[in-house]
Amino acid sequence: MSKHTTIRVEDLSKSYTIQHQAAVQPTTLGEAVMSRLRKPIQRAEKETFFAIKDVSFEVERGDVVGIVGRNGAGKSTLLKLLSRIAAPTEGRITLRGRVGSLLEVGTGFHPELTGRENIYLNGGILGMRRREITQRFDQIVDFAGVEKFLDTPVKRYSSGMYVRLAFAVAAHLSSEILVVDEVLAVGDAEFQKQCLGKMKDVANSGRTVLFVSHNVQSVAVLCNKGLYLEKGHLLEAGGVDQIIQRYVHSFAGKEKDARDFSRRPGSGEYRVTRFAPTKPVFDADETKSFDFRIEHQHGQAGRWFVTALISDSMGVTLAQCDSRVYGGWFEDCKSLEGSFSFRGPWLKPGEYRVDVWVQKLGPRIDEYQGAANLQISPVYPYPDSVPHDGTQFCQVLSDFAWEAKVVDPLRQQVAAVS
Amino acid sequence: MTTTSLPLPAPTVIVPTKGWFKLNIRELWQYRDLCWTLAGRDVRLRYRQTALGVAWVVLQPLMAAGIFTLVFGVIAGLESPGVPYFVFAYAGMMGWTAFSTTLNKTSTCIVQNAPLIAKVFFPRAILPFSVLGSTLLDFVIALVMMVVLMAVYGVEPSWALLTLPIWIALIMALAVGLGLSASALMVSYRDVQYIVPVLMQFLMYASPVAYSVSEVPEKWKIVFLGNPLSGLLEGMRWALFSGQGEAVFSLSPGLVTYTVLFSLGMALTGLVSFQRMERKFADVI
Repeated sequence: MSKHTTIRVEDLSKSYTIQHQAAVQPTTLGEAVMSRLRKPIQRAEKETFFAIKDVSFEVERGDVVGIVGRNGAGKSTLLKLLSRIAAPTEGRITLRGRVGSLLEVGTGFHPELTGRENIYLNGGILGMRRREITQRFDQIVDFAGVEKFLDTPVKRYSSGMYVRLAFAVAAHLSSEILVVDEVLAVGDAEFQKQCLGKMKDVANSGRTVLFVSHNVQSVAVLCNKGLYLEKGHLLEAGGVDQIIQRYVHSFAGKEKDARDFSRRPGSGEYRVTRFAPTKPVFDADETKSFDFRIEHQHGQAGRWFVTALISDSMGVTLAQCDSRVYGGWFEDCKSLEGSFSFRGPWLKPGEYRVDVWVQKLGPRIDEYQGAANLQISPVYPYPDSVPHDGTQFCQVLSDFAWEAKVVDPLRQQVAAVS
Repeated sequence: MTTTSLPLPAPTVIVPTKGWFKLNIRELWQYRDLCWTLAGRDVRLRYRQTALGVAWVVLQPLMAAGIFTLVFGVIAGLESPGVPYFVFAYAGMMGWTAFSTTLNKTSTCIVQNAPLIAKVFFPRAILPFSVLGSTLLDFVIALVMMVVLMAVYGVEPSWALLTLPIWIALIMALAVGLGLSASALMVSYRDVQYIVPVLMQFLMYASPVAYSVSEVPEKWKIVFLGNPLSGLLEGMRWALFSGQGEAVFSLSPGLVTYTVLFSLGMALTGLVSFQRMERKFADVI
């Protein structure tokens, strides 16, 4: 272990035992006793599931490591192992220094206790000595901005104050290693900036930060190193840009075989035999384009046209792109090759389905459901990173601007209590 | 903060748990402040939004002792050896309350703090130990009331009073031992939560809380004294009231040895079973 290494993980695995329906895990003592009595020999049918499998890496002092991966990749499990909440099944972790973990903002807060009492309680839970908390008490209160409400039970706090106080306590821990999971999913933008700034300070002071977030933007802003996990395996470790690239590409869909059209509805004079996105993953604000090919099968159809429908993962159709609106009518031919592209709307990060219909007036010729999967990169097309509630209330993203000038600023700014 | 040149601390190594007994005393010691803070939280929260506050610590056993005096002393006409029935019943109630609240709270402390267990690391044993702080405080308050009662009723203490801390320590050891096992078991099997109160009720009537050991029929005495609480409560009363005459207490050296060994054995069993299951808590809870 070099003297700069603060975390060293060797062949780490964590497995959970999953019981199958046939042999349900007894959750009451009675069931446990009864199943033992009924089948004294038979063991329950079990399957071992590895949430983390053979993971090894090292982290040096002052590194800010972003852990990325899709849902179920094992990110949170890894953090739980590192912060000793759960015990590993195999392998070894060597940590140099205290680990402060912040896996959920406000765990350990008691609603009936006052802000002051909760600072001591939460600090203690996170491993601080009473003396240390007293030393940093003013800084914590200052950071959270709750001095007026210190002797109010936190159950009367607004959720914003609650979160600020909780983060403030954790951020002022003196631990050499700080483990943070998705805390930026809460709080207002101002607070988010404050948090990111604080985490940067922590890293600059020579401590180590491990950071899990679905928000790739904040990973990109905050981290210098990255780990990419997939299904419990560590697939890549390295510089943060490289890791984010890898993560973004993991969203790439597989191209479908369009030639098997025997089960597709439609009168079948023409069939779509190829419909493929030109890139595995598109950015939200770029032009999304697809190459396609339509081939003649039998008979004659006369004049026909094409429609593409874009639907989100919930099945809501967001856009219909009909060739007729731009005069796109086609005559009988042997095959038609070309590209389909659309620029707006900006789609939110995620997976979309494109359906393609070949139509004439009257019955449809080819109805190709799910002709392509469209993947939109998890990076939002806006310059600043915002919490979930900044983008959650819409189906699509918009290319917009807020421009304003302040008219007659009030001399005394009224302190807003959020 | 001057953290630019941190000294290199000794590395912590995390490996899968094996072995029978590895209670990390040093780590528990490092978290001692948390133990106090949790105990403080417990005390503060308990009587928040009550009109009488801490007075309940004394009122509860006083009321129970009153009821016992009425039922057992007046209606059933049982004898209380050497001291007025009310003082006698209060002493029993004081010991019983210390035992039952400690057992109740230690057994539920892990499940009740499930969100903490799942999200933050700290030595899990801190939770049951922090319970001791608040129940001991209750006991001390109840004891002050006992002193008042003894003064009012003119019960003179003897040198045996010096053994009182030992008896209460043994009662706590027994309660914590049982509570630790129950709390660890409760993580996987919530049934324990429902069984414990029923067993406790049975145990209260099977122990000399409201009546004296001398009232138990001779042929049942062996079985009755097999309950370790009989010896402990009897010992506690002996410590308080032996100034009124030794003979009435059925404390043989054999019984004392049995009681001490049982309590300490239970405490050890509790610790071992707790730390055996401790690291699985976050996975199961």
